[in-house]
Amino acid sequence: MVKIYLGAVNPHPGSALRYKTGTWRTMKPVVDEQKCIGCWFCYMYCPDSAIQMVKRTIKKEIGGQVKEIERDLAVINYDYCKGCGICAAECPVKAIEMVYEEK
Amino acid sequence: MEMKEIIRGNMATALAAKMARVDVVPAFPITPSTLFPEKISEYIANGELDAEMILVESEHSAISAAIGASAAGARVATATASQGLALMHEVLFIASAMRLPIVMAIGNRALSGPINIWADHSDTMAERDTGWMQFYAENNQEAFDLMLMAFRIAEDRRVLLPAMVGLDAFTLTHTMEPVDYPSQEEVDDFLPPYQPPYTLDVNRPMTFGSFATPESYMEFKWSHTRALEESPPVIDEIFEEYKKRFGREYKRVTGYMTEDADVIIVAMGSVSGTLREAVRQMRKDGIRVGAVKITTFRPFPFKEIVELCGGAKIVAIAERAISPGFAGPLFGEIAGAFINQPSRPLISDFIIGLGGRDVTLKDFREIASTALKEAEEGRVEPLVKWININPEEAPPGGE
Repeated sequence: MVKIYLGAVNPHPGSALRYKTGTWRTMKPVVDEQKCIGCWFCYMYCPDSAIQMVKRTIKKEIGGQVKEIERDLAVINYDYCKGCGICAAECPVKAIEMVYEEK
Repeated sequence: MEMKEIIRGNMATALAAKMARVDVVPAFPITPSTLFPEKISEYIANGELDAEMILVESEHSAISAAIGASAAGARVATATASQGLALMHEVLFIASAMRLPIVMAIGNRALSGPINIWADHSDTMAERDTGWMQFYAENNQEAFDLMLMAFRIAEDRRVLLPAMVGLDAFTLTHTMEPVDYPSQEEVDDFLPPYQPPYTLDVNRPMTFGSFATPESYMEFKWSHTRALEESPPVIDEIFEEYKKRFGREYKRVTGYMTEDADVIIVAMGSVSGTLREAVRQMRKDGIRVGAVKITTFRPFPFKEIVELCGGAKIVAIAERAISPGFAGPLFGEIAGAFINQPSRPLISDFIIGLGGRDVTLKDFREIASTALKEAEEGRVEPLVKWININPEEAPPGGE
């Protein structure tokens, strides 16, 4: 149980970081790394800022040659993702799938 | 050094707020409380009071601004009545749950409809469960004293709760009466600056009025309720100190000729003086009647009511409010106070003076004689009697 203060004051700034809202989730988004084009749509739509874009290098065939190119990848922060599914709905290449979280 | 002025009830509460050196007054005018913000703005304009007056667009905003100012550590007062208080309703719970010692003068007035601006306790009774303290003044002197003491009680670290000070519409709010008041120096000595436990401060950010899940909500409610339950000794202590400093005695509930009384009439607010005079006159006629005045409705003086009224044959409650479908709100409280007592008087309810209808000596005689008859018969039937009502002039009922 969290410590509570008089009048529902919380005297510790930034303490929301310690409150993992990811436990509210029933379904979780799973990113297909092969499909993700790094467009940042999910990042921008996520109401909880629970998606981070990370740099990666992929191999891609361009004009008959396999080249290494830089492309971003969406990574879900499951500590704060509440499983709303907006990212999956907005993804233009259907790279995010919502799956039931069974423990 | 005592000074005296002949002033209206609203001026008495405004004077108390000025002498308390309030920092912020967010207010929206409403009859019969309008003179309070008028006086405050006059004090500020005259340079007699260094305070911020926030002119808001509604009472809902007035109490919301009061919360913000109080959370920032300001001493805050405001005033409202009736519909204005009702409009504040949802925010009142927040003010008390945040444990902010806001003091609010209420010109007790009937609620619409039909629209009516006169004395009635329905407005504050409807806010009974908001977790605020409630004091009721009998006259303008009490309005001043209770308003001043309300700051001290509300801000006490053992209490930290907001308080309403009720004064009956027009009977007190607009009536000129002599009011004694102490010097500013004496008030400053009695009421030091407010020391809040937490303050809104950009340099030290905090969350105020945060969210509580089912895991902690009950603990907040419990500690808030405990603060009210444990406030009576603090109130008594401050009443006692006030008496020592300024010579005027206050009690949460005051008895008059109750000791050998067969019937005790309980009332609140401005009718209490009329009631005592009625008791005095009836005593001359050999009627064993007593009076009880409730000053502190929240916290409710359960124990003291039982002590004062326990020896009577019947307790007659004369109240300026009705809970339609039940009885008057005070009836429920007093019946509750007696419920687990091994022996108890009969308890009879009388509805008086709604919407400013005059309450006279004759009305209290009628209440006493009706109650005594009920005591003789050993039953209270009907439970609720409306005094001075003209059923033949009432509009048709539910036919």
